[in-house]
Amino acid sequence: MASVPSDKVRMPTPVKLLIAGGFGVGKTTMVGAVSEIKPLRTEEVLTDRSVGVDDLSGVERKTTTTVAMDFGRISVGDDYVLYLFGTPGQERFWFVWDELARGALGAVVLADTRRLSDCFPSVDYFERRGTPFVVAVNCFEGAPVYDLAEVKMALSLPADIPVLLCDARRRASGKEVLITLVQHAYSRRPVAKV
Amino acid sequence: MNPDEQLYDEQVVRPYVISRGRTEARANLDLISLAVAIRQPTGLEVGLDPEHLAIVRLCRRPLSVAEIAAALDLPAGTVRVLLGDLLDSGFVAVQDPQPEVDVLDERMYRAVLDGLRAL
Ligand SMILES: Nc1nc2c(ncn2[C@@H]2O[C@H](COP(=O)(O)OP(=O)(O)OP(=O)(O)O)[C@@H](O)[C@H]2O)c(=O)[nH]1
Ligand SMILES: [Mg+2]
Repeated sequence: MASVPSDKVRMPTPVKLLIAGGFGVGKTTMVGAVSEIKPLRTEEVLTDRSVGVDDLSGVERKTTTTVAMDFGRISVGDDYVLYLFGTPGQERFWFVWDELARGALGAVVLADTRRLSDCFPSVDYFERRGTPFVVAVNCFEGAPVYDLAEVKMALSLPADIPVLLCDARRRASGKEVLITLVQHAYSRRPVAKV
Repeated sequence: MNPDEQLYDEQVVRPYVISRGRTEARANLDLISLAVAIRQPTGLEVGLDPEHLAIVRLCRRPLSVAEIAAALDLPAGTVRVLLGDLLDSGFVAVQDPQPEVDVLDERMYRAVLDGLRAL
């Protein structure tokens, strides 16, 4: 087989979006719902006991947590390919975050109204880094329903940060969240120097 | 048992052996850097491990470091080292330079939004 000079190989440009938020908030679920491939992951299984610090009250029973990242892919034409990364839910694994956040176009911060404060670290992180982000409130059954203005106030977010409700299990919902994010990133893009 | 010890045993030592003790990836690779095979091995090459061959086989179409790592169940760091070898021996082409999405490129936003709307 003839070899192809590497400068002749056309490859799409990868674009990276992150799905962040607290422990068990639905990050992996959302990646899986919108990805065209089965969500892939590098996973280190920790038991509740070794995790220890996680407060599981009011949250679906869960005996393991994902340490590394899971990711999905969405093909967007010939020139670009979109990669979605779910960040590790626990703060002690944030060393993975910096690599993930580098070069990311934007981030979804998932929130759960039963534990709204769990998303504060993610919000702070992206604010500090200047990564465009939106907050998506994952609607779990039985969780208190607030209107978006209340959530926005509770998070004390700047007025221009989009906040929306979602169901992480539904593709249509994840799609809407991602479109909102990319539109937001577009509106926040740096202005080209002239 | 200390979970870190377990991690050390199963997830660190084997990849460390596969990459022959090297931890420094020479190629400037990110998790989303894409690699593609540009030459198929004959099977007679010296110095190609089964993992190298597996990567070349996978990369018939462009795949990201993250996808290769997940498919082969290897840490991304190990995949970077192996891709560096394959780059040197001319079996793969890797996106170059380090892919940084151009946040000023209107075309990129349009392509991504169109792709998402078509989901
Ligand atoms: N009812 C309901 N359950 C959900 C929803 N999203 C996720 N779940 C469930 O909530 C649990 C946690 O979801 P995951 O997607 O694993 O959460 P995660 O954020 O990836 O969790 P970690 O990676 O461990 O931090 C799972 O049992 C999901 O099936 C939702 O929108 N509604
Ligand atoms: Mg997860």
